[in-house]
Amino acid sequence: MTTVETYPTLAEAARAMGQGAAFLGGGTVVMREVNAGTAPGRIVRTTDPSLREIRASGDGVTLGAGVTMAQVLASREADFLHPVARQVGGPQVRNMGTVGGNLFAPHPYGDFAVALLALGARVVMAGGGSPRPLEDLLRDRGRAPGLVAAVEVPRPRDARAFGFLKVSRVKPKGVSIMSIAALLPREGGTIRGARIAWGAMGPGPMRGSGAERALEGQRLDAAVIARAAAQAAEGLDPPTDAIASAWYRREVAGVHLKRLLEGML
Amino acid sequence: MPLKPVTLRLNGTERAAFAEDGQNLLDFLRRGLGDLSPKYGCGQGTCGACTVTVDGQTQLSCLMLAETAQGRDVRTAAGLGQGAALDPLQEAFMEHFAAQCGYCTPGMLVSARALLDRNPRPSREEVVEAISGNLCRCTGYEPIIAAILAVAEGRIRA
Repeated sequence: MTTVETYPTLAEAARAMGQGAAFLGGGTVVMREVNAGTAPGRIVRTTDPSLREIRASGDGVTLGAGVTMAQVLASREADFLHPVARQVGGPQVRNMGTVGGNLFAPHPYGDFAVALLALGARVVMAGGGSPRPLEDLLRDRGRAPGLVAAVEVPRPRDARAFGFLKVSRVKPKGVSIMSIAALLPREGGTIRGARIAWGAMGPGPMRGSGAERALEGQRLDAAVIARAAAQAAEGLDPPTDAIASAWYRREVAGVHLKRLLEGML
Repeated sequence: MPLKPVTLRLNGTERAAFAEDGQNLLDFLRRGLGDLSPKYGCGQGTCGACTVTVDGQTQLSCLMLAETAQGRDVRTAAGLGQGAALDPLQEAFMEHFAAQCGYCTPGMLVSARALLDRNPRPSREEVVEAISGNLCRCTGYEPIIAAILAVAEGRIRA
């Protein structure tokens, strides 16, 4: 049996968490378990309005953990994330699914988190403290790392510096075979600080170190793209599931990375 | 099992019932309030048969806790049309054979109505996008798309 506890503030909800509790955000992940009878005994939620806030901050945008994909799509401050949010789920899921929940969505979900990882987002946890890199949170996400209050997302220097590609069989609403996000800031044409992130190519969103090494310090051209594509799957251990096998994912990763990077020339 | 009183507006009428802990809105609408128009398909947010609007936005009622609908405006396919007069979308679905088994139809109608309320003249691509969260295993979608476009283009009137 599931009991639902509702708290007026995130701080109170965070204190109520613990063994045998799941936090309910937009419901698109946790309610599946509730319906299947496999949810933990306690469901904790909050009505804290601060979780729904979108704020422009110095070099980017701060998204409350309870901000939905539809809210992202309606926000001018978050315009650089529109091409990503548009590809999450169908319309109903975008009206429900949240930024915070996406960070914890199990494979093959979590395309939005992939983009945030490439963008170098930082996570503000309930209870304050300095924001932590999203990478750290993703590493700990299976070990109850606490509740997320907001995500700070730096704005890419220019529109060409950021690209996102979701590969799925069913369009427009299909589950990812893989998703790829690329941040390629360029100084005088030279890539400085390349970040490539992959979705559905591991247990959660992962950095692609092979492609990053091939791109770093280079000028983006056909030869560099070919080298990055050749090393696309290096260090990644993609899963086999009903959508694609590990072999297939590894085999086509370079093809899709090449297509994404060609669009960023 | 603890019960929580929930009051909401269902298709324009104030309604109240007790929700069980962990009960989803779909089950609450069907068993609690007797509105059988939203359907239980997958319980996983995949099929869209349970689509309703909450404060004007389409949502999957199977993935929403009933108690979170407290005080909100919920609309289902049962609220389309006025008495015996059908919504133009319902007329168009009949005319275009957009329903075969009919199980997806209430969810399709809710998604289509939400689209046309926000964007009365959608393109074909916008129609496809708007119903992309609703699965239909009978029609191949074309008759559904044609029906929605017929209303948008003013070829069907109530």
